[in-house]
Amino acid sequence: SSILHIAAVVVSGTSVVVYMYTWCLSSSIHISAVVVSMFSTIICGFLFLLVVKRLPEHVQVDDPAVVKRLAKKLERQQIPLRSDYGYKVSLFSHLHQYSRKAPLTQQLSIPSTVIHPSIVRLGLQYSQGIVAGSNARSVALLHAFKQVIRDYTTPPNEELSRDLVNKLKPYISFLNQCRPLSASMGNAIKYIKKEISNIPSQCKEEEAKTKLLTCIDRYIEEKIVLAAKAISKYAIEKISDGDVILVYGCSSLVNNILCEAFEKSRKFRVIVVDSRPRLEGREALRRLVQRGISCTYVLISALSYILPEVSKVFLGAHALLANGYVMSRVGTSQIALVARTFNVPVLVCCETYKFCEKVQTDSFVSNELDDPDDLMVTRKGKTQLENWQDVSSLGLLNLVYDVTPPDFVDLVITDLGMIPCTSVPVVLRVKNLDQ
Amino acid sequence: MPGADKEADLTERIEAFLADLKRGGCGTGPIRGSGETARETTALLRKVTAQARWSSAGDLMEIIRKEGRRMTAAQPSETTVGNMVLRVLKIIREEYARSRGSSEETDQQESLHKLLTSGGLSEENFRQHFVHLKANVIEAINELLTELDGTTDNIAMQALEHIHSNEVIMTVGRSRTVEAFLKDAARKRKFHVIVAECAPFCQGHEMATNLSKASIETTVIADAAIFAVMSRVNKVIIGTQTVLANGGLRAVNGTHTVALAARHHSTPLIVCAPMFKLSPQFPNEEDTFHKFVSPHEVLPFTEGEILSKVNVHCPVFDYVPPELITLFISNIGGNAPSYIYRLMSELYHPEDHDL
Repeated sequence: SSILHIAAVVVSGTSVVVYMYTWCLSSSIHISAVVVSMFSTIICGFLFLLVVKRLPEHVQVDDPAVVKRLAKKLERQQIPLRSDYGYKVSLFSHLHQYSRKAPLTQQLSIPSTVIHPSIVRLGLQYSQGIVAGSNARSVALLHAFKQVIRDYTTPPNEELSRDLVNKLKPYISFLNQCRPLSASMGNAIKYIKKEISNIPSQCKEEEAKTKLLTCIDRYIEEKIVLAAKAISKYAIEKISDGDVILVYGCSSLVNNILCEAFEKSRKFRVIVVDSRPRLEGREALRRLVQRGISCTYVLISALSYILPEVSKVFLGAHALLANGYVMSRVGTSQIALVARTFNVPVLVCCETYKFCEKVQTDSFVSNELDDPDDLMVTRKGKTQLENWQDVSSLGLLNLVYDVTPPDFVDLVITDLGMIPCTSVPVVLRVKNLDQ
Repeated sequence: MPGADKEADLTERIEAFLADLKRGGCGTGPIRGSGETARETTALLRKVTAQARWSSAGDLMEIIRKEGRRMTAAQPSETTVGNMVLRVLKIIREEYARSRGSSEETDQQESLHKLLTSGGLSEENFRQHFVHLKANVIEAINELLTELDGTTDNIAMQALEHIHSNEVIMTVGRSRTVEAFLKDAARKRKFHVIVAECAPFCQGHEMATNLSKASIETTVIADAAIFAVMSRVNKVIIGTQTVLANGGLRAVNGTHTVALAARHHSTPLIVCAPMFKLSPQFPNEEDTFHKFVSPHEVLPFTEGEILSKVNVHCPVFDYVPPELITLFISNIGGNAPSYIYRLMSELYHPEDHDL
């Protein structure tokens, strides 16, 4: 894309020069020169449009041209292409659907010369679900990049600031193939790339590497660890004695808040709501019970039964979109909807590094499809959906994310304070100005 | 002696039926569908009418009430049993009134004048003996059985009036009525069905397999994705366990969420329920109609130590208020929820509401 940018600039520059030249040259302006300059301005405008807003590839799977372009790019970077699995529901034919039983690493040669081993390990951990949750994935990504930077040596006649960024590109494509990048990971990668490109060219390699490593450490410390402390401080003000708090799934931030509130001797009890097929709530349940918090556990279909007892709902988020929608684990929007019906306040906890510029109004256009085989279940020795692949008109849909409209959310607790959902673009603007 | 044999046979059948009812409440749904339960109950009541010793309608009603109380006590959540008992009682009253020759209109109207002059209770004590009453009652019960046999087909026949082509229809869990409804429409129209699996019993899986075998495009989704996909759904068609007297539903858990999501997206919610599911109960406090099953379904015993430290709930039913429902489709046609109370007065007599 940078090449196209440069080409656009060059073509527009030459067209302006030609125009000025012909204008200055004579009063009788040559028709052909005018035509040429007009053509070139049109072309460069077209190039600019192509370049400015490009949709990510992973939401254009139904476009064969885009798929071919990606295959060529991966071939250039020597990364295997992961193939889709199973019958895809027609509403989601624009998204990838991979099987967990066929990880990308099976198609790599060992040892891989192109991809750093810690990145290969990370990709495998992502695709098998060993590392899950947006904070965990970002931190794992940053640690893997630290290892990459430590093992990196600048080749002769190359500058570290440009070469390292080029080295990271195939790694990012590989991780994207293993599991589509989350918004938090995207922001972390943008930060790293910016830091690397800002390294001055006269900096020695060792110095540059230590500088980058401290940058990454500081990012993790500020944006994740300290942010969690700040959010806990604000959130604990909202928890009073005698509260019954409902949480959904396993959010590291919400678990952190509850454990800290319990340590500050607030008296409350927790209801953990869980859903198939991921059943992440069981992990949250274990962590909370270990601290000694009294918990209740239900599935999401029992929500209408349990909500009359609840006084507050705490939800985690995967990302906060620029139009105020909250992107989170599938099922969150349902909880917010039913809580609003029962007039229970809904509080979303989210660090600012998860805010992203995307806008979305429904859960279809940009989502992730998980392995459809996860929906199968064996009860009393019978698996109803065992041969679902053989039945042509049957499809299984395993969504990962959904978006919650801002009118269901009462408050967002971030490290900058407690803001309403609609203030997200304000925060983004302030952050951009800071940088 | 043949008489004693028949009586023993009858008692045995009733005991077997009660045992079935008790076992069927394990949460995965009764062993038989509610239509079968209704037919079995009515057949048993017919046998009781034929074999028991009674001389007047009042005696018969007492016997039926006693059996009815035993049957409903075996499985209180299976309301079709109680509903059928009430239907039979109403049949007896009608046949008695017809034999007496009095028109039904004056009996049923509870005019203010009648209330004042009759001195409180109705003077009917059903003590008169009529020769042909037994035959008439048994014939009326046979008619009721024929009606029960045809309910699913009657509802399925209305399918083409409600489903157009290329629709996306959502349904929850497994309902034999809705399955027949959708299969009937699929003979002429092409549409897409999304089935919510309804954890932890996952009856939606069976529904999806059956529908896809009838070449209907089916998709199975997890319960958590109901709101996420609702924006693309044109209609929600569900079955229910009971229709309450105010037009609300007692349906499988998760239905309230579906109803709220449908209301948020202004999607019509259609309930396919035969008339024998209409019960004269009103919903009162939240806890009185809940039924819970083993929490093992939600958090299995393999989870180990934490089981002793957490409370786990596994409710089976949900209450859906009538404001969220658009239409009831039953074997007598389509009705709005606000009309249900009127249908009830046609099916059951107000004095029988408490068995």
